[in-house]
Amino acid sequence: MHESLLTARALKCERDGRVLFEHLDLDVGHGDVIELTGPNGSGKTTLLRALAGLTGDFDGEIVHSGHFSYVGHRGGLNLQLTPLQNLNWSAAIEGADVSTEQLESLLEAVGLTGYELTPCQQLSAGQQRRAALARLGLQTAALWLLDEPLTALDDAGCTLVRDLLARHRDAGGGALCATHQSLQLDGTRRHALGRIA
Amino acid sequence: MTHAGFLYTPSASRAFVAQMRRDLTIAFRSRGELMNPLMFYVIGISMFPLGVGPGPQRLAEIAPGVLWVLALLSTLLSLDTLFRRDFDDGTLEQLVLNVDPLFVGVLAKVFAHWLVTGLPLTLLSPIAALMLFLPASAVPTLMLTLLLGTPILSLLGAVGAALTVGLKRGGLLLTLIILPLYVPVLILGAGAVMATIDGVDPAAQIAWLAAILALMLTLTPFAAALALRVGLE
Repeated sequence: MHESLLTARALKCERDGRVLFEHLDLDVGHGDVIELTGPNGSGKTTLLRALAGLTGDFDGEIVHSGHFSYVGHRGGLNLQLTPLQNLNWSAAIEGADVSTEQLESLLEAVGLTGYELTPCQQLSAGQQRRAALARLGLQTAALWLLDEPLTALDDAGCTLVRDLLARHRDAGGGALCATHQSLQLDGTRRHALGRIA
Repeated sequence: MTHAGFLYTPSASRAFVAQMRRDLTIAFRSRGELMNPLMFYVIGISMFPLGVGPGPQRLAEIAPGVLWVLALLSTLLSLDTLFRRDFDDGTLEQLVLNVDPLFVGVLAKVFAHWLVTGLPLTLLSPIAALMLFLPASAVPTLMLTLLLGTPILSLLGAVGAALTVGLKRGGLLLTLIILPLYVPVLILGAGAVMATIDGVDPAAQIAWLAAILALMLTLTPFAAALALRVGLE
């Protein structure tokens, strides 16, 4: 692989005297999709938040080569706004140059046709997750950091995430997904986090 | 990231407008919440004629202080939700990760907050002044000081709200952090109104308020942005 999108070296994180991970090296290159697995409490979310720069409570070095998109387990949707309003806001703060028609087609791509103008609080958990993932379609970043993207999604929704990731990978992007279910995507690498005593 | 001329980069100004429009849309979607601080202001003030007695003389004496203290408290009441809702639904993370420089996003949120709390409060104040028999000659001073003072309250409050955003019950702590900082604004604001009643020119207090507003406008968005990054951890 050529230049990495994300390089992490010798990461170590401790919470309440428990070591979540140490000596952790990670490279995400162009075309890499990496599944981050591990039991509950093994530090997947903490690692993703550290990599996203949302927490500084760790040792080690993290180098990003550019901008990234992060979809946390809190989806980043305001429930009083509609999926379209949420996506419009995301596009504006991420600096994506898109028209309303393009935003609508992104929502169509995640199966939310007909729900564009429904406040998100009236949507089901799976539909809310879809609305959150629609943001990835803005394609503003080469690196995706996804925390449990498959949560609450039905089979069709999982296929949708798989397709999104496949297309992103083919376009030269990279992704790191914390997940319990396998993404069932060919050629993904797996990085397992485990409890260390 | 270039620091020179950042406000003119299209992305920062676009983020400012989008953030403000979003916050205003949300505010008008939850009208009950929107009315809370204003109702508190009016109801709180209407308690004074009942508690102190309806004598115009006595009420007029305490009116400047009461009008300003209630403005302080109703702003405080509205501050807790400034960042907390966004923190809970994850949009705050998106703001911190995407808006560069972050203080632009913070400033947009504070401006939207002021538009739905401080500004209506300023516009309502003549009615509140009427209930307390504030001399009509002092009403323009009251409105002017509130117009200058309430943005200071929102800006300072944003720092406190950002610091306490990660705490489950940050309300009390927020009060403890912020109220002492509000004291100079209270003294100057109420002082200006009292000076007007006494026939003294309130220019000094008003100039001080304007100076503090200018200072807060330049400092607090950076402080709140910094506090948000800490608060998210």
